[in-house]
Amino acid sequence: MSTIDTETARRVAKLARIRVPDENLPQLAEQLSGILSFMEQLNEVDVTGVDPMTSVTPMRLKRRPDGVTDGNIQDRILKNAPDAREGFFAVPKVVE
Amino acid sequence: MSLNTLTIAAARDALKKREVTSVELTEACLSAIDAADALNAFVHKTPEIALERAKAADARIAAGDAPAMCGIPVGIKDLFCTEGVPSQAASNILKGFRPEYESTVSAQLRDAGAVMLGKLNMDEFAMGSSNETSCYGNAVNPWRRGNDATPLTPGGSSGGSASAVAADLCLGATGTDTGGSIRQPAAFTGTVGIKPTYGRCSRWGIVAFASSLDQAGPMTKTVRDAAIMLGAMVGHDPKDSTSADIPVPDFEAALTGDIRGKTIGIPREYRMDGMPEEIEKLWSDGTAMLKDAGAKITDISLPHTKYALPAYYVIAPAEASSNLARYDGVRYGHRAKLAPGDGITEMYEKTRAEGFGPEVQRRVMVGTYVLSAGFYDAYYNRARRVRALIKRDFDEAFAAGVDAILTPATPSSAFGLGEMADADPVAMYLNDVFTVTVNLAGLPGIAVPTGLDSRGLPLGLQLIGKPWGEAELLNTAQVLETAAGFVSKPQKWW
Repeated sequence: MSTIDTETARRVAKLARIRVPDENLPQLAEQLSGILSFMEQLNEVDVTGVDPMTSVTPMRLKRRPDGVTDGNIQDRILKNAPDAREGFFAVPKVVE
Repeated sequence: MSLNTLTIAAARDALKKREVTSVELTEACLSAIDAADALNAFVHKTPEIALERAKAADARIAAGDAPAMCGIPVGIKDLFCTEGVPSQAASNILKGFRPEYESTVSAQLRDAGAVMLGKLNMDEFAMGSSNETSCYGNAVNPWRRGNDATPLTPGGSSGGSASAVAADLCLGATGTDTGGSIRQPAAFTGTVGIKPTYGRCSRWGIVAFASSLDQAGPMTKTVRDAAIMLGAMVGHDPKDSTSADIPVPDFEAALTGDIRGKTIGIPREYRMDGMPEEIEKLWSDGTAMLKDAGAKITDISLPHTKYALPAYYVIAPAEASSNLARYDGVRYGHRAKLAPGDGITEMYEKTRAEGFGPEVQRRVMVGTYVLSAGFYDAYYNRARRVRALIKRDFDEAFAAGVDAILTPATPSSAFGLGEMADADPVAMYLNDVFTVTVNLAGLPGIAVPTGLDSRGLPLGLQLIGKPWGEAELLNTAQVLETAAGFVSKPQKWW
């Protein structure tokens, strides 16, 4: 699983929603392969019975009442939108 | 002496004694900034905001209500959202973004009376170790190799912060550190940078890179300044569920200069093959300084050290690919121009291809791959388990009586901008070899300048502390700083 071919690179770019021109795919595949083979070192480590780390010191996530704390700021929410119309974010047509 | 060269501590004392005003300090910094465009450290200048806040700070000081940071001019890394002021994370995808809100850390500094001079250059989304991935172009190190005019990197990702502090454009700056992004640039510029324990500073309003690793911290001229500025940045924030609700000590009061009886661990795994002799010597000199100050030196082992970088380069891109999914051209920032017939998928793909630079694209795709079906366990979960082992190494060292760990901060001094351009991405990642373990384990770490290399460039050592032990760590760091007596400044050429 350590080498990535051009087809896999194309699929990863698609999953990441980043357009990569066909001519750049071989170089991308090569770079991704290099990074992944660097990661292969992790296979040397015996992780049997080891749980993934969750926090620096044992800490319980705080709870809070499930209440409304903010709102009524539609204009501020939309202020940075590339395309906002009639109080909504506008995007190209999604459903025919 | 120009006012912009003052330390935070000296400026605070002078303000309190009414020997200087915040407006005077601020004007001195603004002039220095305008004369330093060649460093490309400040990428959005905010002189109007600065002077307005300086006046307010002077009024507050006159009224006798002055917290330590009141009236102190600082720079803010572009990763922090600042209300009404461009906050782009050095990325074209956030071009034009002016947040409607202020990050908790910069709000705390503002409320303490600190004066924001502007936004500082950095690597795009904090992904880089040389400030060369920025959409603003490279930040430049004020230090040079003697009379050689080759432009050097200030390090990264907080390269603009480091450059600005080293060149006396501000008295202190905020940085963020995900794998070494405060400590490596501090070491490259002869400045002090501390990454606090994960959870000490709120991450709210800081553009997220890898949420389980990101921490904000101050970058300053001295350890005392780091203690003062850190005090204004930390604390529990209900808006960040991972911020710790524990008491904040008085960091400056902890600077007693007494480390007698403390145990300093020297980890043998940090002695890398091919480590430059200068770094070896710096490290052993630093060890001797702490010993002379009355500390006990002990060799320790952190056996999983060599797996830290590969674990980091699974975990950080995985989290980044998830965090950066929000840049889709819908709610803020850049949206690509669409061709007739383009739908929403084309909009996402074109927007992200245009908006993200090559390194960010690469990391997002690596993260996408390691999280994709079939590889999640093999890469991501394995890396998280290795991370637990790395943390266990530190836990065991501290349990055995070690109070702090001394290591080099970087494997070399600052390198030339462009010198790594043809290297493969992994070669650049090696810059973080000494710092990345600390992020994975969530510990506090500080870089202190302790010497110059043969070409006259600063070198730094790193001290690693116990969880929530920033006060004690700063005290040890100050002892090292005092013993090393690092006072060199870059020759002004800009």
